[in-house]
Amino acid sequence: MSHDRRITPRLGSDAGALIAAFDAQREALGAAPVREAARGFLAEHGIPTRRSEAFRYTDLAALARFIAPGAQGAQAEARAGAILHPFLAAQGLADVARVVVVDGLVSAGLSVPSAEVATTLVEDADEPGEGALLALNAMLTRGGVSLSVEAGVAAGRMLLVHVALGGAAAAHPRHSLSLAEGASLELLEIDLGEDAYLHNSVFDITLAEDSALTHVRIQNAADEALSFATVRPVLQARARYEGFCLALGGTTARHEVRARLEGEAAIAHVNAAQLGRRDGQVLDLTSEIAHLAFDTRSLQTVKTVLDGRARGVFSGRIHVAREAQKTDGYQLNQALLLSDSAEMDARPELEIYADDVKCSHGVTIGALDEEQLFYMRSRGVPAAEAEALLVRAFLADVLSLVEAEASRGVLERVVDAWWAQA
Amino acid sequence: MSHILTVSGLKAAIGDTPILRGIDLVVPPGEIHAVMGPNGSGKSTLSYVLAGRADYEVTGGSATYGEADLLEMEPEARAAAGIFLAFQAPVELPGVNNANFLRTALNAQRRARGQDEIDAVAFLKLAREAGKRLSMPDDMLKRAVNVGFSGGEKKRNEVLQMALLKPSLAILDETDSGLDVDALRIVAEGVRALRAPDFSALVITHHQRLLEILVPDRVHVMSKGRIIRSGDAQLAREIEREGYSALIQEAA
Ligand SMILES: Nc1ncnc2c1ncn2[C@@H]1O[C@H](COP(=O)(O)OP(=O)(O)OP(=O)(O)O)[C@@H](O)[C@H]1O
Ligand SMILES: [Mg+2]
Repeated sequence: MSHDRRITPRLGSDAGALIAAFDAQREALGAAPVREAARGFLAEHGIPTRRSEAFRYTDLAALARFIAPGAQGAQAEARAGAILHPFLAAQGLADVARVVVVDGLVSAGLSVPSAEVATTLVEDADEPGEGALLALNAMLTRGGVSLSVEAGVAAGRMLLVHVALGGAAAAHPRHSLSLAEGASLELLEIDLGEDAYLHNSVFDITLAEDSALTHVRIQNAADEALSFATVRPVLQARARYEGFCLALGGTTARHEVRARLEGEAAIAHVNAAQLGRRDGQVLDLTSEIAHLAFDTRSLQTVKTVLDGRARGVFSGRIHVAREAQKTDGYQLNQALLLSDSAEMDARPELEIYADDVKCSHGVTIGALDEEQLFYMRSRGVPAAEAEALLVRAFLADVLSLVEAEASRGVLERVVDAWWAQA
Repeated sequence: MSHILTVSGLKAAIGDTPILRGIDLVVPPGEIHAVMGPNGSGKSTLSYVLAGRADYEVTGGSATYGEADLLEMEPEARAAAGIFLAFQAPVELPGVNNANFLRTALNAQRRARGQDEIDAVAFLKLAREAGKRLSMPDDMLKRAVNVGFSGGEKKRNEVLQMALLKPSLAILDETDSGLDVDALRIVAEGVRALRAPDFSALVITHHQRLLEILVPDRVHVMSKGRIIRSGDAQLAREIEREGYSALIQEAA
């Protein structure tokens, strides 16, 4: 009799509560092999702890508290409408086509169809995914939408809005988007919510040759929320992904982009602004950009403003495959710390297997410049107003990377409102 | 009538290093005083301390502005009360639009004084006119504050700020350095034109040329953190001819 004495270090904690929640809902969710596979993954690997490299700064321990299935029905829709409509009206977005998801369930009543974007419902994930958040989504999702734009169509603007109603519920939206050759779309994704909840979305994006997607996400989750989003764009030749995430909500939040540049001369922009100020708040921007073809380009500017005891995380990996010659990869990560107890963790990572590439990254972390503050105050600008001007100036260049004017306007107003709440 | 600025026995240090070692200076309303002195004698330090810069620690003496204890006031309160410092090295503010900044400053001061704010259109008109008088290129208002400005353009921008903020005590720290001959004349004549019973200036300079146009009421010479000699406009001419060493030896 032989014993296998090998011990694999367990970096995961028990996913028992989450799996039990699934078992209780299995009937309602509908049997699907992908859900069972995801359940198996979680049973085996558990939930990553902070000993795992990918979650060193972002603690998933609270996940297990969010197991309620979420609201549905007319009453939930009415409550969601009361959160949604004032926001849209204030931002001048009431007339834009939209998909609205309430507690992880697509709401036909609150959505407004688009003439150019075909929208169908998705019920399950098509794969369990490698990773706890992906598997959790695949196991528990109540579906989402599949958006598509036909070849050559400039589909204009569309909103994807997630509204969460709290009550420690969990939402696991599962969306996909595909742009056919030469198609274009400007998608503004907005997360709103109340109270405490978990948002854990997965968004798969397929960009055919010469297509162009502007994807602006405003993560404005409630203070007590956990908010995770995984965005996976796959780009064919000459396709463009113009991503921007403004993150300011949640107690623990991560926006994770895993981009694959599979076609020649594809371009991905993965830009972000993170604004944190609450005690213990963690805002995490994680990206993994894989250059897999000749002459591809990725540009990334991430700016983080932190006050109080908030923490910011940037971990950005650029991978350049052997065949991806002439790759151009650029990462700039800057953080402004407004208090002594704020903290920024930055982990840029380059993994390069081709020899003819241009990749660079820069990191700066600092406080407001005393000399600039004094100069402004000596002209009569009160200290708080001077700080506000400098913070806005710090964010100005990253916001200006959003070329879509209307979306940029929304971003600027949300940033101003955030600052005004201080 | 009380003096606009009264400085007595003022001492200031950076860390443990004393820089101002007891300054006595009185500026009556309506007068223009020049401050001269070798490099490193403490002229800029004096101007910063009067404007309220925090990294200098005042270790003794007093400074009153009208009836108010200047050293107790925040920098923005000093500005609203009418003090303006034109920096020897104006600070760049990347991402902050020059016209917006100026309007923000002007309106903050007006608010602090209980006056109505000026709207963007009216302000732009004022700023353009003032810019024209200083022969500033039009686009300087549209650019970020001092970013990419030439040395002389930065100095002109300081003067533009002064023209719009209309201080009652202007401290000009080497505003003439780096200006071309024409700009120097424009600036000097601009300051001279402000001469009025409710306007005073402390003009720090190394050069006689500015003072020939301004004709200061008094000239003070600083050395090693003290004022070692004061006189009328003649004193500046004497310094131009003979340098500081004789004065410094005499005072020692
Ligand atoms: N932040 C500082 N740290 C250390 N020393 C300083 C600092 N600021 C000023 N000093 C010192 O204080 C002294 C006075 O400096 P200040 O700038 O006031 O001189 P100044 O008279 O304006 O000279 P200049 O004519 O060259 O402009 C100098 O010896 C300078 O090195
Ligand atoms: Mg000086």
